[in-house]
Amino acid sequence: MGSFILKRLINLIPTLLVVGIIVFIITRMIPGDPASVMLGPQASVEDVENLREELGLNKSIPSQFISYVADLAQLNLGYSYSYSESVIGLIIERFPNTVILALAALLIAVVIGIPAGILAARKQNTIIDYVVMLISLVGVSMPIFWLGIMLVLFFSVNLGWLPATGMGNLDDGLWPYIKHLLLPAFALATIPMATFARITRSSMLEVISQDYIKTARSKGIKEYLVIGKHAFKNALTPILTVLGMQISNLLGGAVLTETIFSWPGMGRLIVDAIDKRDFVVVQGTVIFIAFIFVLINLIVDVLYKVVNPKVNLESDGGKK
Amino acid sequence: MAQVIVNDNKKQNTLLRKLLKNKLATIGLIIVTLMTIVAIFAPLIATHPPNEMTVGKSFLPMNTDGHLLGTDNYGRDLFSRLVYGTRISMVVGVAAVLFGAVFGTLLGLVAGYFGGRLDSIIMRTMDGLFAFPFILLAITLMTVLGQGLVNVIVAIGIANIPGFARLVRGQVLSVKEEEFIEVTHSLGATHTRIIFSHILPNCLAPLIVYGTMSTAGAIISEAALSFLGLGIQPPTASWGSILKDGKDFLVLNPQMATFSGICILLTVLGINLLGDGLRDALDPKMKV
Repeated sequence: MGSFILKRLINLIPTLLVVGIIVFIITRMIPGDPASVMLGPQASVEDVENLREELGLNKSIPSQFISYVADLAQLNLGYSYSYSESVIGLIIERFPNTVILALAALLIAVVIGIPAGILAARKQNTIIDYVVMLISLVGVSMPIFWLGIMLVLFFSVNLGWLPATGMGNLDDGLWPYIKHLLLPAFALATIPMATFARITRSSMLEVISQDYIKTARSKGIKEYLVIGKHAFKNALTPILTVLGMQISNLLGGAVLTETIFSWPGMGRLIVDAIDKRDFVVVQGTVIFIAFIFVLINLIVDVLYKVVNPKVNLESDGGKK
Repeated sequence: MAQVIVNDNKKQNTLLRKLLKNKLATIGLIIVTLMTIVAIFAPLIATHPPNEMTVGKSFLPMNTDGHLLGTDNYGRDLFSRLVYGTRISMVVGVAAVLFGAVFGTLLGLVAGYFGGRLDSIIMRTMDGLFAFPFILLAITLMTVLGQGLVNVIVAIGIANIPGFARLVRGQVLSVKEEEFIEVTHSLGATHTRIIFSHILPNCLAPLIVYGTMSTAGAIISEAALSFLGLGIQPPTASWGSILKDGKDFLVLNPQMATFSGICILLTVLGINLLGDGLRDALDPKMKV
């Protein structure tokens, strides 16, 4: 197991390098001079020139790239002028908020999606199955930014039950904090929840029809144990695969959800930075999210192996 | 030649028959067909020019003065704007996926067929692109490209490339080892001929399924980009930009946000249903 993790960590290096190169190329392609765009039309020529020098824009592209990689290796993501703060500082401040939102969404998705899928499989071809499948079909097609707005319209504007925007402070107590979290987390949870329900159902149906489940039942083992212990454990592998894929959805969806609910996380930071044309922040946050995403995928791969030791992830070089 | 065409027609007929047997897929097909008709005949269906502003007629409620769904903040007819928005969504959905499919397929074919260092370079680059959440990659590309229809297509198209490349490479690897490829090769067929006449046709079924599913994603992405103000430029009507305006006037005029979102949801749902049906009909083992 140790050597497997080590091998995967080494495999990460070329991917991370490619991520770095892609972000470098994209940010260098932004039209206009980043320094003058960042400082705005009123800036003096001297200020622009100073910023150009500070950002290293007057150096050649290869030497810009070398200092960029060197900075990355030291976790130096640059300094933001519009926020008057280092980018890493901004990330340290905002990233935990995105994690809270994403984890809350994942929790909702797992707690509702997986049992719904199991229930649908148990009651296959009944009205319960159809309802669960219809809801999850709509769920996977949901534009979550629209759902977010509709949730605000219904629960905040019409009913006045939950706050429409912002993040609560734990000092004010747990309930106000959760109240702020509920709507954005639910909006973000929609697609993973529906996907979990669908994959759990199909995976459970496949397992339930197998002989060992029939044997377990004929031995008189209680139904909840047959489903919970024997069937679900074997249905878990495809669910975990989907879990890995959903993390990309959560991180991407956070960009949109945070914008709608003014949630002070990474997604909102990126959208605001694009608005302010603060390319240093855009570059730093995008590369950070990509790194995190790659790392989470690695963790999911390891979990995959823990759950199902027969899976040989090394044979295909870790590609899924 | 005539025989081939007949066979092709037969194949299409069985595919359509299989699709129509599946109720959900039929619903999907109906929705997609309807949306396509609306997109093509938008000028005939719309009751007003989509960008025509009328002073003093802002935020009319539904069914007033011949405005079926009322008017927006500029007094423009909401129904007509939604009808025209269908065009943007369908065009971006199809064009962005075609863009991603063409480049992704080419890269996947080359990587899978030739293997070696070329394969490593191409696939590591694809892994790198895959490390970005889809919408984040599209957003970042839009900041470089700037607003506009073509740029939206290119940005979403680029974000679609790695998915197609991976899919096609996987298919090529499994087809490449088949005996008929070896035979064709020993008969003196060129690489280009083998790739395009023998390998590519074997990738078509999963490509069609994946392409259909990706169209749904592309439509949502366009709406998301326009919603963030990075996509289609005003005053062009796009479901995403109508939703963006609607969000600002949620209390005053909830129908702007409500109906634009329903249009997105309905279209994406239709395409997903059709995609599920196509998968079951063409390639039941495939998991997209």
